[in-house]
Amino acid sequence: MAKRFVSVWFRHLSTDGYTLRQPQLKNKAFVLSRPDHGRMIVSAVNALAQAKGITAGMAVADARALFPGIEVLDDQPALASKLLTKMAEWCIRFSPFVAVDLPDGLLIDASGCTHLWGGDTTYLADIYTSFKNKGYTVRVSIADTAGAAWAIARYGKGSVIVEPGKQPEALLSLPPEALRLEAATVERLYKLGLNSVAQFIHMPRHSLQRRFGKHCIMRIEQALGAEEEWLQPVIPVVEYQHRLPCLEPITTAAGIEIALKQLLLELCGRLQREQKGLRQLVFKCYRIDGHTQQLEISTNSPSHHAAHLFKLLEIKLPILEPDLGFELFVLEALGVQDYWSKQEQLWSGAGSVQDLRIAEMIDRIAARIGAANISRYLPDEHYLPERSVKAAASLNETITTTWRDDKPRPIQLLTTPEPITVTAPVPDYPPMSFRYKGVLHTIKKADGPERIEQEWWLQRGQHRDYYAVEDAEGRRYWLFRLGHYEAAKNYQWFMHGFFA
Amino acid sequence: MLQEKKDIIARLQREVLAMQGYKPGKGGYPVDMGLGTIAAAFPNQTFPLAAVHEFVTTSMEDAAATAGFITTLFSQLLQTGGVMAWISPQPLLFAPAFKQFGVSPERILFLHPKKKKDIGFVMEEALQCEALSAVIADWTDISFTESRRLQLAVEKSKLTGCIIRHSPRQLNTTACVSRWKISTLPSTPVDELPGIGFPTWRVELLKVRNGKPGSWIVEWAGDHLQQPAASGAVIRELARKTG
Repeated sequence: MAKRFVSVWFRHLSTDGYTLRQPQLKNKAFVLSRPDHGRMIVSAVNALAQAKGITAGMAVADARALFPGIEVLDDQPALASKLLTKMAEWCIRFSPFVAVDLPDGLLIDASGCTHLWGGDTTYLADIYTSFKNKGYTVRVSIADTAGAAWAIARYGKGSVIVEPGKQPEALLSLPPEALRLEAATVERLYKLGLNSVAQFIHMPRHSLQRRFGKHCIMRIEQALGAEEEWLQPVIPVVEYQHRLPCLEPITTAAGIEIALKQLLLELCGRLQREQKGLRQLVFKCYRIDGHTQQLEISTNSPSHHAAHLFKLLEIKLPILEPDLGFELFVLEALGVQDYWSKQEQLWSGAGSVQDLRIAEMIDRIAARIGAANISRYLPDEHYLPERSVKAAASLNETITTTWRDDKPRPIQLLTTPEPITVTAPVPDYPPMSFRYKGVLHTIKKADGPERIEQEWWLQRGQHRDYYAVEDAEGRRYWLFRLGHYEAAKNYQWFMHGFFA
Repeated sequence: MLQEKKDIIARLQREVLAMQGYKPGKGGYPVDMGLGTIAAAFPNQTFPLAAVHEFVTTSMEDAAATAGFITTLFSQLLQTGGVMAWISPQPLLFAPAFKQFGVSPERILFLHPKKKKDIGFVMEEALQCEALSAVIADWTDISFTESRRLQLAVEKSKLTGCIIRHSPRQLNTTACVSRWKISTLPSTPVDELPGIGFPTWRVELLKVRNGKPGSWIVEWAGDHLQQPAASGAVIRELARKTG
């Protein structure tokens, strides 16, 4: 689709904002001032003050000399961007893609929008009058590129509509600053006598680049449409979004379920056609009193299985409070990924971890107990037992190193080792007996020690000497001594696990 | 004539068992669980798959032994691939140790429901997932109704389930096919070497539907269960100590 951009230029953004808040300023000439290098300078002027010859950047004292009755107000530094963001959000009515163009404009991606208003002229007229009714003086223009629209809105003399493909002609008569060049570049262009775009736009690119830098070339190319310009929308555009407006407000659980099912079928059908799967789903319900409620789920692997997604959301549906009823349901798919449909297994017996059925089972359980409480472990190359495993990030993650089974490891490991009292004969010999939770265990057989040093590149501390011991009743434990065995008794024994 | 009669009775017994819910597991063929002589206690001389088993423990040490024994059982089932789910409220199990009992730890999903009432939901969901091979849960206070629900789930999905009941306040009746108790025993030294030998357990089958309960001593020799070499001596010694 051919791109069309609208540039909106607020001629007196901050002062119009002030006038709206303080209507008594409406018929007064006033300026906003801010301190700069120890003096006050004018940062914004309203239309009446401008008519008196006062411009932004002038010292306040000079402005007072020009027009003694002028009112001077303090500027708020973030006012312009705050106003612009608010206006950009309001402009969503004209197009889903609106970007803030600091310091005093908006850029609207109007591709495929203008015909809904009956053409470019009525579209621009609607934007212009809407802002005028709000109390802002704006200039608007539409062109194939954001750069050309920007230039025409600010410096254009003739028509504000640039026909598709006509932006080079439209730009020719404009001054160099219309191309959004840096101030130093503009100054140098004037010094060289290049007073309009027409005088240098056809010059060879390499000689322009040598004299004025890369930025100049980029701006020219962007204005002409040869180079793509990236804009940051004020509200991110959700690509996979389905809406279901309702004639009558929905209050019943059955009604909400029907709405959800219908939206899921639409969304999943679309994802299936495009061979995509979603990882995150947001179900938004707009209540008639303006209140919005939303449910969120996430899946372990890309999915476009409507029945499965419905099951996940179904558990959460009772949270919704319809009260007076919902008038609009919106389903948004986030984190959409390519979905590789695996070949159906001929013998669908014992599955692997990557099996889709397991992913769906985990989704259902995670919806109830939380994904943080589900883990699968992979070996990690660390010596300390608590670091020797890591939780797998996803079901598709495979092991990169092998499980070590050359040293005994207990099947139950205490998350925090518990201190025990021990009778040990000689250093480095296993203990003879130990007392754990008030019970005395006499050790009959033992293996060890297995010394595990602290991994100094991660943390400091004493080393551990591990012993696997078996008591008279055949119970097997994993004990360790923290630190060296020495007379100063600067060590402590701990219970760390139970062998099978 | 006598032989013929015996054959007929054996066949009828098998049919009756099938009607009572003893069906072979997934794939429709019996799997040798490597139980050796213990298998004789079960109807048809095979460990019932597609059923829920119950294990009772009284101490932390026995719980570890039970976990080890269950893992050795399912290691046979998971030889050709497959995934196991282990549901426990406390994250006590240490994944690398499962390797010693014949199950690759990355094929185990550890689920930790924090609320007691969620265990039943999680276990039932897991038992309904046909892609899994076995589901084990630490579920102390299971009621008869809840165990019936599990039985219905496995009859449909042909999965094998295990419930570990850690010091239950009351050992109530459940719909499980068997009730086991595994406890640790002193190990037998291997080749007269010092140190700890193979993990040795006393396996008690307290209850089994249509089978013969019994008690055995086994050790896990790295890849299979076996009778300890000196089990007689161990038993005598224990008998002497306990009087």
